[in-house]
Amino acid sequence: MVKSPRRLSRKAVHDLLAKVMERMSSKGCCYTPGLKRKATTIVQKTRRLPIPGEVLVSKGEKVEADTIIARTFIPGDVYTLNVASLLGIDVWETSKYMLKKEGEAVEKNEPLALAKTFFGLFKRYAYAPASGTVERVSDVTGQVLIRETQIPLEVDAYIPGRVAEIFPKEGATIETAAAFIQGIFGIGGERKGSLMMVSESPSDVLTAKQLVPGCKGKIVVGGARATNDAIKKAVKAGVKGMVVGGLDDNDLSSFLGYKIGVAITGHENIPLTLIITEGFGEIAMSEKTFLLLKEFDGEQASINGATQIRAGVLRPEIIIPKASIPPEKLRGLESKAPPEEGLLPGTPIRIIREPYFGALGVVSKLPIQLRTIGTESSVRVLEAQLIDGRQVTVPRANVEMIEE
Amino acid sequence: MAKQAKPQHDVASSRFLANPENLDTILATDCGSTTSKARFFKRLDGKYRFVASGEAPTTVEAPFEDVTLGVRNAIREVEELTGHKFLDQNRIITPRLSVDEGVDLYVTTSSAGGGLQMMVAGVVKSMTAESAERAALGAGAIVMDVIAVDDGRRPYEKIERIRYLRPDMILLAGGTDGGTITHVVETAELIEAAKPRPRLGVNFELPIVFAGNKNARPAIKRALGTIFALEVVDNLRPVLELENTEPARNVIDEQFMEHVMSHAPGYDKLMKWTPIPIMPTPAGEGRMFQAIAETYGINVIGVGLGGATTNVYSIYESKFVRTVSANLGMSYSICNVLKEAGTKNLTRWIPFDLKEEDLRNRLYNKMIRPTTIPQEIEDLVIEHAVAREALRLGFEHHRLLARPLRGVQRRRTIADIFEQRAFEETYIDMLQIDLIAGTGGLLSHAPRRAQSALMLIDGFLPVGVTRLAQDSVFMMPHLGVLSTVHPKAAMEIFEKDCLVKIGACIAPKGVGKAGLKSAMEVTVRFNDGSVIDETVEFGAMKRIPLKEGEKAQVDISPFKGGDIGRGPGKKGTATVEGGAVGIILDARGRPLGFADTDTERKQKLVEWLKALDAYPEKLYTIC
Repeated sequence: MVKSPRRLSRKAVHDLLAKVMERMSSKGCCYTPGLKRKATTIVQKTRRLPIPGEVLVSKGEKVEADTIIARTFIPGDVYTLNVASLLGIDVWETSKYMLKKEGEAVEKNEPLALAKTFFGLFKRYAYAPASGTVERVSDVTGQVLIRETQIPLEVDAYIPGRVAEIFPKEGATIETAAAFIQGIFGIGGERKGSLMMVSESPSDVLTAKQLVPGCKGKIVVGGARATNDAIKKAVKAGVKGMVVGGLDDNDLSSFLGYKIGVAITGHENIPLTLIITEGFGEIAMSEKTFLLLKEFDGEQASINGATQIRAGVLRPEIIIPKASIPPEKLRGLESKAPPEEGLLPGTPIRIIREPYFGALGVVSKLPIQLRTIGTESSVRVLEAQLIDGRQVTVPRANVEMIEE
Repeated sequence: MAKQAKPQHDVASSRFLANPENLDTILATDCGSTTSKARFFKRLDGKYRFVASGEAPTTVEAPFEDVTLGVRNAIREVEELTGHKFLDQNRIITPRLSVDEGVDLYVTTSSAGGGLQMMVAGVVKSMTAESAERAALGAGAIVMDVIAVDDGRRPYEKIERIRYLRPDMILLAGGTDGGTITHVVETAELIEAAKPRPRLGVNFELPIVFAGNKNARPAIKRALGTIFALEVVDNLRPVLELENTEPARNVIDEQFMEHVMSHAPGYDKLMKWTPIPIMPTPAGEGRMFQAIAETYGINVIGVGLGGATTNVYSIYESKFVRTVSANLGMSYSICNVLKEAGTKNLTRWIPFDLKEEDLRNRLYNKMIRPTTIPQEIEDLVIEHAVAREALRLGFEHHRLLARPLRGVQRRRTIADIFEQRAFEETYIDMLQIDLIAGTGGLLSHAPRRAQSALMLIDGFLPVGVTRLAQDSVFMMPHLGVLSTVHPKAAMEIFEKDCLVKIGACIAPKGVGKAGLKSAMEVTVRFNDGSVIDETVEFGAMKRIPLKEGEKAQVDISPFKGGDIGRGPGKKGTATVEGGAVGIILDARGRPLGFADTDTERKQKLVEWLKALDAYPEKLYTIC
């Protein structure tokens, strides 16, 4: 029978606890990932082809955001045609009846195979379903595969800057000095355009009214939330991107036409990239984020809504390149603190779970002992001084560091 | 066929494998989709015991792209808790240097980066394709799609789908040995035309395992042999009456290590740290559920409720089936549970007022910040509601695959005709299930065991007399991989520190009359001679405390038509074992019904929660 779980002996527990306390009092940190919000930093973007190809730039070269840095060709679409069944012949005889052999080019609707009966009196043709090359004639299945012409695939630089590293046959890393802000969630892929502030304050809701005709081709920045009408109007007006604090999940589903189930985004076929900086619901954009974006009103930016929250978080990003600052000048000035340094008293944080969701503050204490929280779970907590003056205790798992 | 060199494993630990009796300290990790979990085991007074655990976010994908960072962070937490030093600058210290420095053995499982993602193909959807799916799932894979000649898609649609998916590996089956080869070769030609690229590694060849008609091998080699890493194994359906998934499963395991894992970010390092192959997390969990069934000779349903997936295992009359429901999880795929189950099915488990949009926004916020934990009781109840639905959906998926082989001629018995039993239905009869056991962070971390009990009961709806158990601090995958090299250590830890008995659930199958005062009458005879009589109203639950390690004799009298395994309306007696919760009398009926009005539903729900003392009193003040 299954035996009941027994506890360690009293002495073993005592020894263990003593070691735990000693160890924990010497170091009271844990690893908590945070969102980046930097006024000036070095941004490096590695741009790779999905399959090997040709790299078109060289190390040290200056590139613009639209510069094509690598190119390859992906195999064209494939069409299948069961020639044996169309011609009414045995499958092992398929090759014999082919007018076009493997490797030969063929045009759409061109005769591909021919079967003659009654001394050539009756002819039956199989026609090519698409233009391309005959890739395979199978005498096992009677199937013929036509592959369309190769499709070129290009990767651009995404951000202006210099080529810092080349990966032969794969791509390159582009480097620039830039302002860099991470959002919490986004949809839509890479887009470039100039920033346009449309809300007066971080708590303003972005409505359709605020979207004037001049916003075409721009990346508009709102405050607390974008309404459904505002998103619709932005699409109609040709807005390239939208950055807001929060979003109602219904508006997200209405924009996409389906509900998102898994937080892996970036490949949606949508006309504008949407980035939220705080979370779902009506949440004011963090004032610092808002002010930082305001500082660059009218500047060119590259944004990407791609979000992947799985085993290493990829957050959406807003990059505002600063061509006037050579990245070399920033090297060495950047914080050397590794991410695993973690939370320490004084670390600026944002609370990311109810009941203090969205509140900003600084870590005031990192208690050693596990504490029992409202759910009755015993967890590692921290005490924080919120900017509104409240002193709160929250699980360490429910805060994120703000890296500035 | 291009094969990569086998990974170099840690040699120091290998020495201990030759002499397991010298093994004193073991470190095991599981690289989960969201969190990496380290568990430290030690031999204390001659017995292997669990000592401490540490957890940290997994770092297999961008921006870190090195799984060992997360593993090191999790191990560092164990170091902080125990003072035992495991890490030097580049690796895990093996062999052990002193009592508190280094370990004798390091082992790991992984489901990070989406685990092993496979596409399977067969000829007939309900026959060879289904067998191939079972083989892939049995190896711990997530099945991204099942391609079959009769799946209703046109060839170009299948080609597009294969190209788009970018699986880690493809399993191709089809045809019985000596039968027609046309259809399976046709499918191979579609794969050849699609030229799918592997998900990881730009330059390596995608592994394809062929387990179909042996006569088709030359044609398959011609179609696939030059552009893919093709492995040919015995047919998994050599004749229609037989399913032989073992050879395919073994080769999938090998290919997973040699081709897939070696290209995942940081795994080259991780593979060198451990002397034994990295095992997919579901494979590790599955081994332990199998061990329970084999050790005690019982029918078991197991579940691993993870951050990204829900893995269900059944060992029924010695038949083992594993399913992995991708994207039914409690962290970054939590909104997929909402999407699949629907808001109404989730809110039926919530006993307080909550606007639909509030529920949805909370879950979306959990999805984008998956490592956060509920701080207040409302949030905990919401997560538990999602868990019930994830379990229900995961089990529904499981039942679709745990069914008799198709394509086999059967003689219907009189009983089959009377019961109108269709062969398409699952062979799992819930009345024959002896134990339901759960693992996964949410179940293991539930503050009260009664919460886990209710989640398992509401998710699986057991009938008859069913024991309930759970993993104490989520270590089943760790013990599963450990059992491959040191079964004794794995079982010792499993019995003493891993498996927590919750109790027994007694629930009649069927539906009684609403308002029936005596839907179930029980007499419980305890070992000390005391006796308790209980009567449960239809639609209600009751709890009778019975401590872990204690047993009791229970006479059960269900309502008219209610079945506890002796036939409708018939009385029965069972010996039940105690646990953290005890004996749970569930007279809510099966299938489970809910009141028509919202007020009544909430009231009933509160009654159930109170009956089991599942949540603190403050919950009921907001209901």
